[in-house]
Amino acid sequence: MSERLPGWKELAMGGVIEEAGNAERYETGSWRVQRPILDKNKCTSCLLCWIFCPDSSILLENGKVTGIDLEHCKGCGICARECPLKDKAIVMRLESECEQVK
Amino acid sequence: MKIVGLTGNDAVAEAMRQVNPDVVAAYPITPQTELMEKFSEFVSDGIVKTELILVESEHSAMSACIGASAAGSRVMTATSANGLALMWEMLYIAASCRCPIVMGLVNRALSGPINIHCDHSDSMGARDAGWIHLFSENSQEAYDNTLQAVRIAEHPDVLLPVMVTLDGFIISHTLERVEILEDDEVRRFVGEFNSKYSLLDLTNPITMGPLDFHDFYFEHKRLQVEGMEKARGVIRDVGKEYGTLTGRGFDYFEAYRMEDAEIAAVALGSSAGTARGVVDELRSRGKKVGLIKLRVFRPFPKDQIVNLLRRLKAFAVMDRSNSFGAFGGPVFSEIRSACYGQGLDLPIVDYIYGLGGRDTTFEDIERVYLETEQIAASGKVPEDIRFLNVRE
Repeated sequence: MSERLPGWKELAMGGVIEEAGNAERYETGSWRVQRPILDKNKCTSCLLCWIFCPDSSILLENGKVTGIDLEHCKGCGICARECPLKDKAIVMRLESECEQVK
Repeated sequence: MKIVGLTGNDAVAEAMRQVNPDVVAAYPITPQTELMEKFSEFVSDGIVKTELILVESEHSAMSACIGASAAGSRVMTATSANGLALMWEMLYIAASCRCPIVMGLVNRALSGPINIHCDHSDSMGARDAGWIHLFSENSQEAYDNTLQAVRIAEHPDVLLPVMVTLDGFIISHTLERVEILEDDEVRRFVGEFNSKYSLLDLTNPITMGPLDFHDFYFEHKRLQVEGMEKARGVIRDVGKEYGTLTGRGFDYFEAYRMEDAEIAAVALGSSAGTARGVVDELRSRGKKVGLIKLRVFRPFPKDQIVNLLRRLKAFAVMDRSNSFGAFGGPVFSEIRSACYGQGLDLPIVDYIYGLGGRDTTFEDIERVYLETEQIAASGKVPEDIRFLNVRE
């Protein structure tokens, strides 16, 4: 991380987070072992993956699944498991076999 | 001001009644039981507006206190010994979340073997949890310390929990003359608690107690250190202000007949009262002896104590708890370490005493002074760590 982190004098007492919802800016997807790969051609946007995702990492636009937030996805594979299509629209692949995100 | 007869437990309950906290969560344990029993009567009789949460364990009691404090309430509780031990995990969380909870701690020996009587092993074991520790000599001080603890804990520069200790049975169950303030005087002294944060403030949502990894945990701990350091000045200011109000001012310790003393001892809690009597007796025999009654153990007033020791020829520490495998008891370790590097080559001896409520009499403490006098004469401490009044 190149950004300068605040020193102790700049922090709120007790580790209080004063700004609601700022976890969105805290990247937690770096330790994923498997990556969900979405095939938009197969996806029917039934949103079961969106309901089940424990980390709000299924991205939507106008009610349609548009992708996966890889900065927060931990690769648990629940989305791939819950996808109701026989020919799954989301499959899990080892990170080592995927292209780097950035 | 009124003069009443109160036990130590009654005195803390009376202070709590006058403070009228928003929330109290507690679980009964000997010898604290009567304290909370008395306070629960005030709740049942509608004398206080406190929400009393009766829980199934001390772990839950402290957890409920933390939750209520996070919601912005003024919170108090009380416990003893194994109850404090069961709170262990939550003691650290209360301090690190900067919850200004005030807790009466009726000192009792930690099991085992099972014992219900006084020693300081419970609070001394919690000395690194981040709480401020105020020791009381008698019921009066248990009352006085409880009121001051509210102000110290809630000071915006401090925001740390405070435990007010009183020796189990010796103070908690002994009826004494206690001067208490009028209710409105206490109300003015403690004032309103306006918490900076409240989890119930839906217009300003915050997160308390979040996961804090290697990138921020250390900085938050450093900030917590600062709260404890700031407490030093606040404890003094509040002690002075309380003195103006009551005529009983408080500092980190009481230096008794220390001006020209050559031999002195330090004691905490009720033993300081006995030691004061011994000092008077030995003074009447022409011996230059003095006493430090330590009131504030955390934050430890190292500089002020070292200054008091400069003119002494020998010094005895009375530790009412043991630290197994350490170099002496907790008070000894602090004081001996504080002297190092201060140009002070003072012989210091540690007396572990009174464990499990073992009576420590006038004669026992007189022996401490006379043996320390021998140390002063020889300049040698043949045994650093001694066990007072234990059978061979």
